Amino acid sequence: MEIKALFVILISTIFINNYVLSQILGLCPFLGVSRKLDSALGMGLAVVFVMVMASFFTFLIYKYVLVPYDIAYLRTIAFILVIAGLVQFVEMVIENVSPVLYHSLGIFLPLITTNCAVLGVAVLNTEAGFLTGNLGLLKAVVQGLGAGLGFTLALLLMAGIRERLEIADIPENLKGLPITFITAGLMAMAFLGFSGMKI
Amino acid sequence: MNYYREFTKGIWEKNPILILGIGMCPTLAVSTSVSNALWMTLAATFVLIFSNIIVSLVKAVVPSHIRIPIFIAIIATFVIIVELTLKAFQPDIYKALGIFIPLIVVNCIILGRAEEFASKNTVLPSILDGLGMGLGFGLTLTVLAFFREILGSNRLFGYTLIPGMEPATIMTLAPGAFFTLAMMLWGMNALRSRKRR
Repeated sequence: MEIKALFVILISTIFINNYVLSQILGLCPFLGVSRKLDSALGMGLAVVFVMVMASFFTFLIYKYVLVPYDIAYLRTIAFILVIAGLVQFVEMVIENVSPVLYHSLGIFLPLITTNCAVLGVAVLNTEAGFLTGNLGLLKAVVQGLGAGLGFTLALLLMAGIRERLEIADIPENLKGLPITFITAGLMAMAFLGFSGMKI
Repeated sequence: MNYYREFTKGIWEKNPILILGIGMCPTLAVSTSVSNALWMTLAATFVLIFSNIIVSLVKAVVPSHIRIPIFIAIIATFVIIVELTLKAFQPDIYKALGIFIPLIVVNCIILGRAEEFASKNTVLPSILDGLGMGLGFGLTLTVLAFFREILGSNRLFGYTLIPGMEPATIMTLAPGAFFTLAMMLWGMNALRSRKRR
């Protein structure tokens, strides 16, 4: 039964409650890094990694430090510091492993810290009732994985469409952000269809 | 230094959402009703002004290579103040805004202003900058919420407008948010290109 519960969390965070297209979180990188497919993929994978790690550490800190010492109101500041540290770590790894990717991600790598989807998944983990139930930590990590994969999916779809939009004939005033938002709206409508899924 | 300009630039010519294109997540997510939008504006502007004040006061003693984590810690402190205050005095609003209250800490507008303006200027211009940017953010948010609340739930400030009419629920969901903002950005581009001519 627990396997099924984990699977439900995964599917619902990727499709039904997609963080970008249904909960409207993490729009800055979604708009900023979706011009080219390969940098979108790099960004997506970096976000998946940060989200999984952030879910793991913030859940442990919340359950075993903040709640027992009755300082749960410090949640926001504790989580954002953990995330900032993780992003710094990912940045150092990518800089050494793949300098090309590092340059193409440019300013957006340090900006994962201010990607509200990452802090969002950490905060939602503490509010989803995982704290008291069985396998809470595993569920939190799966939710982090699903959120990251959902973000990557939305980012890749958007990058694919925007590569085509570059060469399309668009009215002058719609170029740039307006047409991107219309595209995002249509994608969000398509993702609304997933809410009919029964799992 | 022209104080009046520091105040007004955030409202129109450097509007954080419509021109700079930052702070989109809270804008789209909480603009389902005008009252949500106004409370969000109040919360974000409070954090923006006070973080600008503190950043402009401590800018001389902050080592430049660790300034971002320090700015984030300052912002998070004020966000916690807002969170606890709303929870105590406006529990309904706290519930309606939900996760977007703690997420003020990652609102790009606030960190952006701390980094770009408050860390280079003195206290008074920083306050005016924060106030102007907050108003620019709030104005856009409120206009967006105005259309979404009327079309999406057939209400304004919680009062039903046309009894018996079925509202277009999609306007309160994510697609409606994207479409409405797209229309606003389109109108803004059209206005600006006409002015240039």
